[in-house]
Amino acid sequence: MQTTVYDEREFGLEQQRQERLSMQTHGQEESRDGMAKALGWFSIGLGLAELAAPRQVSRFIGVQERPTLLRVLGIREIASGLGILIQGRPTPWLWSRVAGDALDLTLLGFALSSSESDRTRVGVATAAVVGVTALDIISSTRHSANGEPIHVQKVITINRPQEELYRFWRDFQNLPRFMKSLESVHTLGGNRSHWVASGPAGSRIEWEAEMTQDRPNEVIAWRSLEGADVDNWGSVRFRRVPRGTEVHVDISYSPPGGRLGSIAAWFTGKEPGQQVQEDLRRLKQLLEAGEIPTTEGQPAGPSRTAILSSLFRTAERQRR
Amino acid sequence: MKANCYHAKHELRVEEVPDPEILNPRDAIVRITSTAICGSDLHLYNGFVPGMLDGDILGHEFMGEVVETGREVRKLKAGDRIVVPFPISCGNCWYCREGLFSLCDNSNPNASMAEKMWGYSPAGVYGYSHLLGGYAGGQAQYARVPFADVDHIKVPGDLPDEKVLFLSDIFPTGYMAAENCNIKQGDVIAVWGCGPVGQFAIKSAYLLGADRVIAIDRFPERLRMAREKAGAETINYEQLNVLEALDEMTGGRGPDACIDAVGMEAHAPGVYGLYDRVKQAAMLETDRPIALREAILACRKGGTVSVPGVYGGFLDKIPFGAAMNKALTIKTGQTHVQRYMQPLLERIQKGEIDPSFVITHQMPLDEAPEAYRMFRDKQDECIKVVLKAA
Repeated sequence: MQTTVYDEREFGLEQQRQERLSMQTHGQEESRDGMAKALGWFSIGLGLAELAAPRQVSRFIGVQERPTLLRVLGIREIASGLGILIQGRPTPWLWSRVAGDALDLTLLGFALSSSESDRTRVGVATAAVVGVTALDIISSTRHSANGEPIHVQKVITINRPQEELYRFWRDFQNLPRFMKSLESVHTLGGNRSHWVASGPAGSRIEWEAEMTQDRPNEVIAWRSLEGADVDNWGSVRFRRVPRGTEVHVDISYSPPGGRLGSIAAWFTGKEPGQQVQEDLRRLKQLLEAGEIPTTEGQPAGPSRTAILSSLFRTAERQRR
Repeated sequence: MKANCYHAKHELRVEEVPDPEILNPRDAIVRITSTAICGSDLHLYNGFVPGMLDGDILGHEFMGEVVETGREVRKLKAGDRIVVPFPISCGNCWYCREGLFSLCDNSNPNASMAEKMWGYSPAGVYGYSHLLGGYAGGQAQYARVPFADVDHIKVPGDLPDEKVLFLSDIFPTGYMAAENCNIKQGDVIAVWGCGPVGQFAIKSAYLLGADRVIAIDRFPERLRMAREKAGAETINYEQLNVLEALDEMTGGRGPDACIDAVGMEAHAPGVYGLYDRVKQAAMLETDRPIALREAILACRKGGTVSVPGVYGGFLDKIPFGAAMNKALTIKTGQTHVQRYMQPLLERIQKGEIDPSFVITHQMPLDEAPEAYRMFRDKQDECIKVVLKAA
């Protein structure tokens, strides 16, 4: 029966949301542990001191008085501190502290070799900064490793019967035909399968997964097992509508390399939402048109702006 | 093979490039016999369409002989003579099944680019920017035709290229523009632009039962063709105020439907035209919608504005208040060419129309860059150029 009123509960979206929440190890908001909070306040305190009393701070650490430089460093400290304490995702701000430490250590290094510095005081200050740097790195990597999982929800309508779509997806070995980053999926018997995907910077990611739900023609859900290179889980739901079948996909994973990894992935053009969207588009093309349209390998005239054009054409391929 | 390649605004060269190959199972390769330059190609030539790359092969109006077919092609074999529709359409998605071929869901490999610009992506088009797929075009000796079973019409042996070539775009485009006017007995239709699409819109409006068609342009040879070959009354907008003239010619009612067969690079005399040229040059608007504004203002209450003219982005000062308060219907879109090819071929075969009347120049493919210049500058009364690829 077709319902005209869109009922989330009937469709299981709410249930899906609950399942997702129970499966993930952290809430939507990244939590701040005690050490991160302390580092945030430390940043603000030091920053305020540098801003308000640059000369005294200079004397205290035994360097030549450079009030403007100290004030700039102070503003940087305060920004990091506020970021850690206030922003929903403190991890990048924790990393900004690490970057700030590197800067401070470089400047102190110069001061140590300068004849105008009080070397003893600078040495003590450097030792203190080295200690804080260690804390910053520990805190940043801890937050990154625990980094909140990335969730992607996408939907596409495919002009094919629900049963056909379910059957196609249920045979996991079909997935690499339209999921670009998947290299292979082999079923291992029972509910288990072995997945191989390409990761950032040419790396290879492997995991074993088990099916956690299988309602014929309606829903398939899976999750990675212990020992996965990347923890991940997902589900696909098929819903018959007058225009064909809506395919709702929900994929979650802890990004390899933590938050930094996902930032790196974003820079290299593989933003996860877009990636899943393009994967679903390829599924639709494969099942409706019978093939995935392409222009790769077609002729083109010689190009004077060869570098620009080839950059564009490469970006075009990646986006697909 | 030789192909007409885009390099930069106003810079085309016919160059030696690799022959196209079958890339997908539903592809066919066509050896092109005739190919044409479309008015919309001038928008590319003049640099108004984003997403063109140095080296892109132009052209979306072409026909020829099938030389090779992919393993999933069932309806074509080597030696078949076909005309290829300009939108690339899979034939299986919901849009194609509804006959809305230019809205095919599956043929634009760069759909995500088009989605950023327009919300959803239309079909891919040959030689018409990477926004519409970046497909190599048909101003060449050979072309790859994806989804070849869907995207062709076979030409009966006795019909010359000149009579059927325009089934690829401009004849169906003029026809759909007229069909979108929902013409009833006694209707007066006004057509802005007497280029080839305008000419076919005039002819088609009569085929669909219009009582009178009034055509608007400024080039005497185009107005003459509209009068003598297509049977329209004409207005030269450099000599008459279009809105006043139309009002007078329709007994104070306004045309029942208005067709904008001009698109994004419209001209207007005086300050009015200068305004849009300056804004477009300063990138404050992407299109110069002068014809569209006039069409909306001129149209009678409850009438239809039909827009086959190509627009790309954001239009300035569109009198939407007039459209709303006069309860106008606005219909537009890239042409669903596949839907019209068979019925229009039958009209050609029955002698109801001979589309070759728009051709003013035939030139070899090698002279494509020169042909673009002539066509743009309306030199030598140029209205439609057919290039011979053989």
